[in-house]
Amino acid sequence: MSVILEVKGATKRYGGLVAVNNVSFSVNEGEILSVIGPNGAGKSTLFKLIASFVQTSAGEVLLRGERISDLAPHTVARKGVVRTFQETTIFKSMTVRENIIVAHHLRSRASLLGFFLGTGLAKADEALFAESADGIIDFLGLQSIRDELASNLPQGHLRALGMAIGLATQPTVLLLDEPFAGMNHDETMHMVALVRRLRDERRVTVLLVEHDMPAVMKISDRIVVLNFGEKIAEGTPGEIQNNPKVIEAYLGAEDAAIGM
Amino acid sequence: MSNKQRWAAVAFFLLVVLVVVPAAIAASGRVDLYYTLTAVALLSIASAGVWLTFYIGRINIGQGAYALVGGYVSALLITKGDISFWWTLPLAGMFCALLSVLIGLPILRLRGVYFAMVTLVLTEVSRLTALALPFTNGAKGITSIKLPAELNIFGLTIIPDFSTLANPKLGFYWMAAIMMVLTYAVLWRIVNSRLGHLCRSLQQNEELASSIGVNIAWLRVLAYAISSFFGGIAGASFVAISQSLYPSSFQITDSVNFMLNCFLGGLGFVFGPMLGTLLLYFGWDLLFATGRFQLLIYSSLMIALMLWLPNGVLSLMDRKGARS
Repeated sequence: MSVILEVKGATKRYGGLVAVNNVSFSVNEGEILSVIGPNGAGKSTLFKLIASFVQTSAGEVLLRGERISDLAPHTVARKGVVRTFQETTIFKSMTVRENIIVAHHLRSRASLLGFFLGTGLAKADEALFAESADGIIDFLGLQSIRDELASNLPQGHLRALGMAIGLATQPTVLLLDEPFAGMNHDETMHMVALVRRLRDERRVTVLLVEHDMPAVMKISDRIVVLNFGEKIAEGTPGEIQNNPKVIEAYLGAEDAAIGM
Repeated sequence: MSNKQRWAAVAFFLLVVLVVVPAAIAASGRVDLYYTLTAVALLSIASAGVWLTFYIGRINIGQGAYALVGGYVSALLITKGDISFWWTLPLAGMFCALLSVLIGLPILRLRGVYFAMVTLVLTEVSRLTALALPFTNGAKGITSIKLPAELNIFGLTIIPDFSTLANPKLGFYWMAAIMMVLTYAVLWRIVNSRLGHLCRSLQQNEELASSIGVNIAWLRVLAYAISSFFGGIAGASFVAISQSLYPSSFQITDSVNFMLNCFLGGLGFVFGPMLGTLLLYFGWDLLFATGRFQLLIYSSLMIALMLWLPNGVLSLMDRKGARS
């Protein structure tokens, strides 16, 4: 398996606070890699660094050897690294289908002027997007809510819609921010299966940040553990479960919480 | 609505605006209505621009600035450059679009009330600039501007010289009405093409829009530039009609009115600002009879409308549709 994404000494400082400190790891093509760590460990910041929503203070992120740090977020998305959101971020006043169609923006061949004038290429694009959106709806099993306004959707469907939006961009690397948060066991297992299918059927490399340990252990090929902004461990789920540093980080954090 | 019905509606609208209304005015002898309706048409063009900035999620209270700038560009080109009004019209629009790119690049990063405040200031800045610049003739303004001259292309007269017209008022009315129709056709097409969908994505969630690959900075500037273009051509047209221009020709009140037109008609409807302008303009005139209570009644009505019809007058149509 070849390396697709490489994080090299990524560092983010906010004033005196170091949110992410010299973190390095690499992601193989077709892998599901989870980033875990106690609250405030810098997981979300690391994600923002990778998707270039914040600028690095030091270090860099490489996609297939090409530097993608500090580019505009939409440029990074164009290169194939797409982030979905922790907060259920969607286009609220559009229907599910409209949400997914609009997310196909990256794949349009016609220019905006072309769309304005309604050229043949633009019409072909629109037809393609509609077809692809229906394909994604079928893939994620969203047929029943196809024409529902996104603002009316329950939590679970919103998460799936967020993923659908991400998929519509045809990412090579998809960053999922807490895809299982607030889900019960059945929903989580359903989502785990979905993420696996993303990788298996759509050849998407998945990077995810998550708190739900059983789900992470089940889904991940490899895990990277952060604590206080630093990487303290990396390995397969089995290795991570028995890593004394990881156990200390989690138990230590809980002890501190109890001590308060 | 099917395609056929849509074209029928467009044809009906054109017939009313271009034929029925002028005929009715001629029959009734209320010649002053020509000017009133011309003003409504032109103001609704500027409002269309404001509406487009609403569509990308920005409250724009600065359209008066671009109307004034467009007016000055046209007035100066006509008086000093001896250029025909018909050429100054697109030039005024383009100048405003360019200017709005320069202004928009920094200020479009702001959202909500912060953007609104800056645009509000823009109107005042443009007035003060017009007062101060050496070639705008200060508070005395620019007066006795020529009426639009003949426009001919390859020797073919497209538009006759307005000073030779028997009824220049009707000429101006037609000009404004046609410009309004074109503006709203463009606006409708924008909203119903991918550009509009992207604008909506921007309005609803800029962060997500940029993560699906939308160049949000560029799109914001583009929408703002189109918006300002409309402001510029509306301002330039007013110059042609009034044949004069002062720094106070477009003020903060006008900027606020452009915004209110959009609110009143409905932010969710392309033709909202057009209806809003008509209602606001005539509403204000009708209340003239109430004398010193005019402003009080007017403001109360506006507040009531916003409370009961927050999505504008056109949202009444939706309700009716939902009930039946």
